[in-house]
Amino acid sequence: MGERAEEKLTFLGGVRDCIPTLLGYWSIGFAAGVVGVTEGLSVLEVGLMSVFLYTGTAQFIVAAMLSSGSTIASIIATVFVVNLRHLLLSAAVAPYFRGFPARKNFLLGAQLTDETFGVAINRLSLQAQGRDRWMLGLNVTAQVNWVFATLVGAWFGMWLPNPEQFGLKFALPAMFAGLVVQSLMQRKQLRTDLIVAGCAIVWFTLAFLWLPSHVAVIIAAIAAALTGMAVERWR
Amino acid sequence: MLIGVSLVTLLPRVLPMVLLGRIHMPEWLLAFLRHVPIAVMTALLAQSVLTEDEAWIPLQDNLNLIALVPTLVAAVLTRSLLVTVLTGIGSMLLLQWLW
Repeated sequence: MGERAEEKLTFLGGVRDCIPTLLGYWSIGFAAGVVGVTEGLSVLEVGLMSVFLYTGTAQFIVAAMLSSGSTIASIIATVFVVNLRHLLLSAAVAPYFRGFPARKNFLLGAQLTDETFGVAINRLSLQAQGRDRWMLGLNVTAQVNWVFATLVGAWFGMWLPNPEQFGLKFALPAMFAGLVVQSLMQRKQLRTDLIVAGCAIVWFTLAFLWLPSHVAVIIAAIAAALTGMAVERWR
Repeated sequence: MLIGVSLVTLLPRVLPMVLLGRIHMPEWLLAFLRHVPIAVMTALLAQSVLTEDEAWIPLQDNLNLIALVPTLVAAVLTRSLLVTVLTGIGSMLLLQWLW
């Protein structure tokens, strides 16, 4: 991926670079669709959430909280906290899109996910031409597949009683593992990066003793990134 | 409800890209942001491997940790996301079948 960083990026290139992540979107989207209908949402509602909300974690949470009778305010508050990590992702991508028109950045940011972020941060370089089109190709491919997968899942969910047994749950960890390894091997600062990665695991473990996991992820990421800065300062 | 959750999801996604695209970012912020990708993705990896439904998966029952070994090997050797994910799913299927 990274070796070809200076070529001209295209919309179709973005579509192509999205393909390795599709298994992840399909399996998680399928699961999110199944969970949605088993928690009482209609197929249409699942589809609308995939179009407008477009985040697996939040869609799981909304389905679970709706069926447990939570108030709308508490659902909105929870989703807000869960998705605060997107602040970090969006900020980290921002330097690559400096100087583009605001409405373009709005559009590209609106479809940012953990996975498209991982692909983009490994692929984009400041020299590359056509970053905006490439990112749009990546984003649109990801969301179209996500909507499709959740709808198929919702449709299946009306027939399947217990669809969790397919080994597909590991698609998500495997995807993050692949993205981390790609990042580590591409940047030429393995020692610092390994310290940051190690810190993220330790900090997550500590934070999750007291905090919900989505908050622990944010705390761990910030603490690990600060540790990385400190390590660079000492050199 | 859908409008509410969509808005609070949309804002953190777009605000940094729209605002930081305009202003000049100080060097310390850029230095911080350079470490964010590895930090976030490793934290998400830890979350997805070690926990389920807001609880620790007991270490002795954690098949994720075992499946992670061939997955990481595949990632380092092939550097291909697709091969990595397929190796992960395959390892997990095999482990579930063996257990």
